[in-house]
Amino acid sequence: MAEKLVSRGFTGKRRQPERAGRVPPGQYLVNNFPVLSAGPTPRIRTEQWSFTIDGLVRQPVTWTWTQFLELPSKEYAVDISCVTKWTQLDMKWKAVGVDTLLEAVELDAKAAFITAHSYGGYTTNLAIPDIVNDQAFIAYEYDGKPLAPEHGGPARLVVPHLYFWKSAKWVHGFRIEERERLGFWESLGYHRRGDPWKEERYSGD
Amino acid sequence: MAKPLTWQSATVEAIHPETARAKTFTFELPDWIPHRAGQHYDLRLTAPDGYQAERSYSIGSEPERQGVIDLTVERIDDGEVSPYMHDVVAVGDRLELRGPIGGYFVWDIELGGPLLLVGGGSGVVPLMAMIRHRAALKSPVPTSLLYSSRSADDVIYAGELERLGAQHDGLEVVHTFTRQQPAGWAGYQRRIDRTMLSEVSGPLGKTLRAYVCGPTILVELVANSLLDLGIAASQIRTERFGPTGT
Repeated sequence: MAEKLVSRGFTGKRRQPERAGRVPPGQYLVNNFPVLSAGPTPRIRTEQWSFTIDGLVRQPVTWTWTQFLELPSKEYAVDISCVTKWTQLDMKWKAVGVDTLLEAVELDAKAAFITAHSYGGYTTNLAIPDIVNDQAFIAYEYDGKPLAPEHGGPARLVVPHLYFWKSAKWVHGFRIEERERLGFWESLGYHRRGDPWKEERYSGD
Repeated sequence: MAKPLTWQSATVEAIHPETARAKTFTFELPDWIPHRAGQHYDLRLTAPDGYQAERSYSIGSEPERQGVIDLTVERIDDGEVSPYMHDVVAVGDRLELRGPIGGYFVWDIELGGPLLLVGGGSGVVPLMAMIRHRAALKSPVPTSLLYSSRSADDVIYAGELERLGAQHDGLEVVHTFTRQQPAGWAGYQRRIDRTMLSEVSGPLGKTLRAYVCGPTILVELVANSLLDLGIAASQIRTERFGPTGT
């Protein structure tokens, strides 16, 4: 089959050139914040919320909501791409960097991957090199307001350089692992890494 | 390693208008793969200069119908792909598709029931695949579809739903019309709420499996209401059609 089958009479909506370079292949721009999830939205009260890093660490660490808010936070403005094809530019978050959290634990020499796990049972796998060096953060405000439950509040992981399913909503902790263990969508046919610029949408891409 | 999902050159075999805003496209696929009801395909359009646009569309047809798939596309006026599909695409055109995709918002008769399907607008499409799959295999699984539309004219698959619902084989089809009701309408005429869900789901008991597809506001409300009604979160699967589903 030809690599590119031209669709008769299709021209498409062209983007402003300065934005086009920020939109990965196969994606389209949106100006709102769509919601996608596989099941009901968990309702987690901040008094009950905690975040734990365990697994291949010398000593697991848990933060309560109050302790989490006391960690140094940072404002991020990042472009986000969802595998369902939308891309939104300059999404503004207030968050704690994953680097800050990892500084609180001592990683085992064999540590290479994490499973981010969420209230409600969601999981996703990430390689440690994909979440360090200011590439990932745990956000608790979006656009100046507390993160709404349907968007993953009280807090969600955000990994802007990978498809948005990696940015686990309602995040509850990281389990540090030696081997990659496929998460929820990764076990259901989605790509293990999910780089939008390589269109790593589905396993085998 | 899973086999990569490759783009196929699919031929438009038929185009069927469902409503003023929704059309069903039947595609013949050179490498047809059995799907599971609830899955979708990605569609890719390419302009002469190489510019491409991709969208995902739910499969409306049942896997028992081999060799072809139905994709029902709702027209979004300021969209990029759906107006092209509605205004330009003709029978005989070839378009690129790849799939089937999605492994969670799926139902087959082996999963059993009772089954509660709740759809809003074009969110009915993947639910219709489940209903057609159930009908094709003559499954007795008790099933209720609660389907919210603006008016009777906006009901996708209206005739087929009426026919299937009249067979008294355990399928109940319940409509609610939120903006305009047909003359003499005695049924629901409001947005789906907890009372309505309680009434429709009641006969199915608490162990039902729920599939909810529609705009976010509907999905959030339905999923939360089902939790309130005592349905376990693990029994509720959701899929959303945002205003961005162009």
